[in-house]
Amino acid sequence: MNRRWLLLAAAAAALQACGRSEPGLDQTGSGKPPLPEQQHTLLPPMKIATPAGWNGAMPTAPKGFTVTALATDLKIPRQLLVLPNGDILVAEGAGGATAPKMRPKDIIAGYIKAKGKTKVKGGNRVTLLRDADGDGRAELKTTLIEGLNAPYGLAFVDGQLYVANQDALLRFPYQPGQTRITEKGVEVTKLPSRINHHWTKSLTASADGTKLYVGIGSNSNVGERGLDVEEERAVVWEIDRLTGARRTIAHGIRNPTALAIEPRTNALWAVVNERDELGPQLVPDYLTAVRDGAFYGWPYSYWGQNVDPRVRPQKPEMVAKAVVPDYALGSHVAALGVSFARDGGFGGAFAEGAFVGEHGSWNRQDLSGYKVVWVPFANGRPSGKPVDFVIGFLDGDHARGRPVGVAFDPAKRILLVADDLSNTVWRVAPAR
Amino acid sequence: MPASRGIRATPLHPLHAIFLAFALALFSSGLASDVAYLKSAAIQWTNFSAWLIAGGCLFGGLALAWAIVAAVFPGRATRGRALAYLAAVAVMWIAGLVNSFQHSQDAWASVGTVGLVLSIISTLAALIAAVVGYSEQRAEGITR
Repeated sequence: MNRRWLLLAAAAAALQACGRSEPGLDQTGSGKPPLPEQQHTLLPPMKIATPAGWNGAMPTAPKGFTVTALATDLKIPRQLLVLPNGDILVAEGAGGATAPKMRPKDIIAGYIKAKGKTKVKGGNRVTLLRDADGDGRAELKTTLIEGLNAPYGLAFVDGQLYVANQDALLRFPYQPGQTRITEKGVEVTKLPSRINHHWTKSLTASADGTKLYVGIGSNSNVGERGLDVEEERAVVWEIDRLTGARRTIAHGIRNPTALAIEPRTNALWAVVNERDELGPQLVPDYLTAVRDGAFYGWPYSYWGQNVDPRVRPQKPEMVAKAVVPDYALGSHVAALGVSFARDGGFGGAFAEGAFVGEHGSWNRQDLSGYKVVWVPFANGRPSGKPVDFVIGFLDGDHARGRPVGVAFDPAKRILLVADDLSNTVWRVAPAR
Repeated sequence: MPASRGIRATPLHPLHAIFLAFALALFSSGLASDVAYLKSAAIQWTNFSAWLIAGGCLFGGLALAWAIVAAVFPGRATRGRALAYLAAVAVMWIAGLVNSFQHSQDAWASVGTVGLVLSIISTLAALIAAVVGYSEQRAEGITR
């Protein structure tokens, strides 16, 4: 390292000096997590885990499980869907490219964050993986649909495959077993796509299949693009599957990056990414049941009534309405995937609960996330602290991979993990 | 350069004078757009401020580098005056740099009280630097 970089690093360290995490502060679990004082540092604490190859290493799962690379060389795999016949669909792509750079910060921060991402260009496609012999490697890897626009959420109901592009929800007639769809999709409804600061459109279907739910992220960190671009952002939509009619069931839910139905209660749950630049341990990302009609606080407040002073004009009447999420996952872990174990899961300690894929932090010096955790449930509610389930994505200060979508397949009793840094889908299965 | 009766009309080199003129205009415009943001909470004003202050730092930085060289090699200028000029430019630029980071925060935090005060400091320091730098001077004008 030459002297100029040392100097820059020293200056950055000085600017972030008061942005240190308090070690041992546990911001996970049910109930109110400890929330430190807000820190408005000149430069937010930042640490980017730059990519390192796996070089023969593998993610690790608890004793009694084996991990294999089901498929490699994908093009930014994000969310996964297991079809009734066991085929696995992977949505590949990256969106948000149209979000204009409004300030010098947008250019600089974009450059810095890109250092923690893959250089591969997003596939804008859905790939089908088939591992019929169950050896943990997909013998068939083929493009099912191409020409999509940053696809993310996937759902399959009653012979229809639903794909949430970054700007529209599409429907494709599909027979399981089919390996190629050439028809253009039918647009079920357009999705908010102006700017698309948070472009991912998460998707799941209700237990009875009559409704589709779409998670739509905010158009900014905390309103710094103006609040007029936040109409129908930071919301969850409920869409009638047959008519396309929609209503907004939750507001102020900053970035609901993945949705899933809890199998015991059939309730809709979401993992949500909270705001940045209030310090390394604010604000915890969360897992919550999506309550119909609820306002989750963004941008005016977080975790209930904790006011964010960066939003003007302030809205005390909205702060008063804000509900508290159900379960904290930790600050800046960037939860991007959730999937419930069903039909007994893996049994034992992993019978009832949710797997959560954590993409990993940038807004804290102590890297956080970069793993898949297990959140135990009892009677349809979280019942304990999160437990590491798949780890090994970090190699010191470098990242070998970054987990995104997760999918539990109850028929085969396997867990699939999309990794958008090493462009791999990992498969975790009980050891034979 | 011959100076008539010991008076030099342009004490700063023209290019140096242009750098300072940009810095003065950009920092003072940044202050105006900061005030507009604080009065309106309309985001576009703080976006303007961020670019204006970044531009002020760019041109102010060039003026600062020139002022440092001029203070080290004052030539026929008086060292005292060269140092006074340097101090004003340095205050302007350092406040501007800190303010650039301040303006990289989100929404209201991008300006707030700290950003406004820093914009005022940069603007006042730029004005002082301009008064010192552009004043007609005796033969011992501050620099060439």
